[in-house]
Order: sequence, then C-alpha cells, then structure tokens
Amino acid sequence: MNHPTAWPTTWRRPPMFVANPTLRFGGWFLFAAYLAWSVDSLNIDWTRVAQGLPRAGDMLNRMFPPDISRWDLLVRGVVESVEMAVAATFIGMILAVPLGLCGAANLAPRPVYLAARTLIVLSRTFHEVIIAIFFVKVFGFGPLAGLLTLIVASVSFISKMIAEDIENMNMGQIEAVRATGASFPKLLIYAVQPQILPRYLGVCIYRLDANLRHSTVVGIVGAGGIGMTLSATFKRYDYDFSLTILLAIMALVFLGEFFSNWIRGRLR
Amino acid sequence: MTAADMANRYPEVWHRFDVRQTVVHWLWFAGIVFVAGWSVRHLDITWIYFLDAHVQVGDLLSRMYPPAWGHTGKIMTPLIETVHIATLGTIVTFVISIPIAFMSARNVTPNAATWFVGRFILVASRSINTVVWALIFVAIFGPGVMAGIWAITMRSIGFMGKLIAEAIEEIDEGTVEAIEATGASRMKVLLVGVLPQVLPVIYGTTVYRWDINIRESTVLGFVGAGGIGIELYSSINLFNWQQVAVMLIAIFAVVVVSEFVSAITRRRIT
Repeated sequence: MNHPTAWPTTWRRPPMFVANPTLRFGGWFLFAAYLAWSVDSLNIDWTRVAQGLPRAGDMLNRMFPPDISRWDLLVRGVVESVEMAVAATFIGMILAVPLGLCGAANLAPRPVYLAARTLIVLSRTFHEVIIAIFFVKVFGFGPLAGLLTLIVASVSFISKMIAEDIENMNMGQIEAVRATGASFPKLLIYAVQPQILPRYLGVCIYRLDANLRHSTVVGIVGAGGIGMTLSATFKRYDYDFSLTILLAIMALVFLGEFFSNWIRGRLR
Repeated sequence: MTAADMANRYPEVWHRFDVRQTVVHWLWFAGIVFVAGWSVRHLDITWIYFLDAHVQVGDLLSRMYPPAWGHTGKIMTPLIETVHIATLGTIVTFVISIPIAFMSARNVTPNAATWFVGRFILVASRSINTVVWALIFVAIFGPGVMAGIWAITMRSIGFMGKLIAEAIEEIDEGTVEAIEATGASRMKVLLVGVLPQVLPVIYGTTVYRWDINIRESTVLGFVGAGGIGIELYSSINLFNWQQVAVMLIAIFAVVVVSEFVSAITRRRIT
C-alpha cells in the first residue's frame, strides 16, 4: 500500500481573525504605535506611581479592622440611598411611559418621534455624575438632587426600552383591535400594553438594581446618599470607616442584584 | 349544556382577569405606591426649592449661551486624555479579565476554590462604581491619569469577566472532547478548543465596554483621576458656564461618536 502523498504531520492553528498577514501585522504595528503615543502623551508621574504600592499597603493597614462604631451614620446613608433608588425608579417608570410612546416610530408622528428620541439620546449621553452636579447647583446639596438625577437616568433608560419594544411588537394585534373601531387610548390598553408589559416590568426591576448602584455614587458631588459619607471618609483618611462603607455597598448591590434576578425570573 | 353554563362560558362582557387576579394586581400596585411614597416622604425634601426651579434652570441655560468657543483649543488635550484613559483601561482589562473569566466559568475552572475566588473578584469589581474605584486609586497613586486607568480597569473586569464566563459556560463541549481525544494538554484544550469559540464574545464585549468606559472616564476628573472631568469640575465651581457649555458639547460629541464606532464594530464582529 502506497500513499499518494505524504500527509502533513504538524498543524498550525489558523489566525483567528485577520487571515491576511500584512493586515494582521499592520494591525499589531498600529496598536503598538497607539500604545506608545498614548502612554507618552499622558505625562504620568512615574516616581509618584512607584510610591503607589507601599501607599496601598499602608492604606490596607489603616483599613483593618473595619470601623463599625459609627454604624448610625452608615445606616442613615444606606437608607437614604435605597430610598432615592426606590422613589426614582417609581417616578421614572411612570414618566417613561409617555416618552416611550412618543419615541416609537410606528405609533408617534415623525416630529414627536424625533423630539422624543433626541431627548432620550441627550440624557443618556451624559454620565449620572454630570447630571447630578447640575441638579446640585440648581437645588442645593442633598438627596433631592440625587433623586432627580436618578429619575432622569431611569426615564431615559426605560423609555428607550419601551420605544424599542413597541417598534418590535406584533402589528397584527394592533390591526385587529383597530378593526373593532377602538379609539387610540383603547388601542394602547388592549393591543400595545399586553405585548410590552412583561418586558416593561422586567426593565423597571433591572433599573431599580441599576439605580441602587448609582445611588451610591451621586453623593460624591453632594447629591445625597451613602456616597457623600464615603467621599468624606476618604477626604479625612478615615480608611477604616471607608472599608465598612465599601463592604456595605457591596452587600447592598449584591442583595439588589439577587432580588432583581429573582423577580425577573418570576416575571418570565 | 344549560343556559347558565353558556352564560358563564360566553359572558356578555369580557374580562381579561378574574376577580382574584384583579385584587392581587391592585394589592401589588398599592404596595409599590406605598413604598415609593414612603421613600419620597422620608427623604426630607425641601419642596420649596421647586418653586423657583424653572427660574434657576432658565438662568443657568442663559448663562451658558453663547458657548465660549475660544475655549475649544484648551480642552482638546484633556479630551484626548479622557479617550486614552478609557482605551488603556479597556486594554488592561482585556488582559486581566480573560484568565479571571476562565476561573469563574464552571465548566473549565480547575476546582471549586478557583471558581469561588473568580466569582468573588467579579462580584467585588462590579458592585463598586468606577468613581468610587477612582477615589481609592487617587489615594494610592495620587491624582492623575494612572488612578483613572486603574479605576476603569477595576470596574470593567467584573463586567467583561462575567459576560465572557457566561459565554464559556455555553460553548459546544463536542469541540473540547475532540481536542481532548487527540491527547492535547489542558492548556492546549483551552487554547484550541475553548478560546476560539468565545473569541467573538470577547471582542464584542471589549468594544462594548470601551464605549461605556468613554462615558465613565468623562467624570473621573471630579475626584482627581484625570481627563476632561477636572476642567469641567473647576469651570462649574468657578461658575464659568460658557466654558461648561463648550465642554458639554465636546463630551456629547465624543460619546456619540464612540457609541457609533462601537455599534458598527460589534455588528461586523458578531
């Protein structure tokens, strides 16, 4: 028995993305050039960075053991954060409905659609902390600014989801209800609402979880909640209390995520 | 079938839910309203501030106009810095998150202890906000971009690690078995059998996280971790609203462009 040709005895893994070697190596070259340029242009103070490791060690030293003597401050901050998140989610989920309807291309007239989408994009672009600082300037320090920030963030997120769901829904049901001579509000209640409600509730619960995370950070610019306490401890080098707050935030976010997953699992 | 049965089955008026379901729905609704109402009341909000809110907002907007376009040249450097922080942070995350994702995927992790450690890192990373990470790293590395890059990295590890780990758990085990049958080492199995299957997810989440990171890195400067946030914060505190307007427009442009780039790239990859 003679084989016609010798089989290859070694195998080389083919490249995963770009088959053309010139393009692949060119890509690597560009990547290296970008790295060099960006690191060079950032003016990093390497001597200060080199002190980082001992400083981190020192910080860890000061963090342990976590300080729980000021638990009343901690509880007050956490409760305020939770309340901001709950209230903002509730108000946001109500306000998001009309905006979501306006942002759906298949329901709203063109100018309304464009206006609603612009509003959604504008408020989604800016980070919560930027929005928070403006509310702090207008309404002063405190949870009101944080509440309004989270409301803006919730409305833009939930209404975008509503608009997309409406655009993707089954138009047959709309036609069927319309054929009975139903008015526009009846159309919304009997044809649109049953199709989007389960996902809408899911999105709202998800947003509650997201608001809980963000409520811990808007305080850094003075908009209430546990973040205000946390940033104060960092300013005073109270690292042992910082660690307590960080652990509390981790527990809070973990519980929030657990709760959100549980409810969304039941909704499905 | 009697007439009464007929009437029950085909009622004159159609109700979607029966009485019990309706009551349960209303109870849920009342409960949610109660919790929300109680939260708002307990927040001690000074409602009087709302009376002149529209005046304040109008005043703020009128002070922003016209934007100080002369300031554009001065914000270019911090703006590029912001993008660099996001990009470098994402690159470092890419390197770190892949091994952690392999640790936290149930089907490829070496043992229960490594799985637990991996999961713990993911949860800890995700539950602390980027700005809070920035506070920590500013204390360690001092104010500047280094703190920003590490803050972005620490928060992104959890995000990318979780999504990649979920992708690894859903791979086709047939490929893995086939590679194992050739007598390949554990490392080779991961490299040839697992990695190529999840690579599109890895690239996709990296690009997605990059565009989230651009948005996050615009506020890192508020706590001193570099980027446009430093200038924005100082202009706000100096009430230099016309400069603030220019920076907001610049941030808007950068975020929208990065979202666009990310969406196009992801469509090509997946």
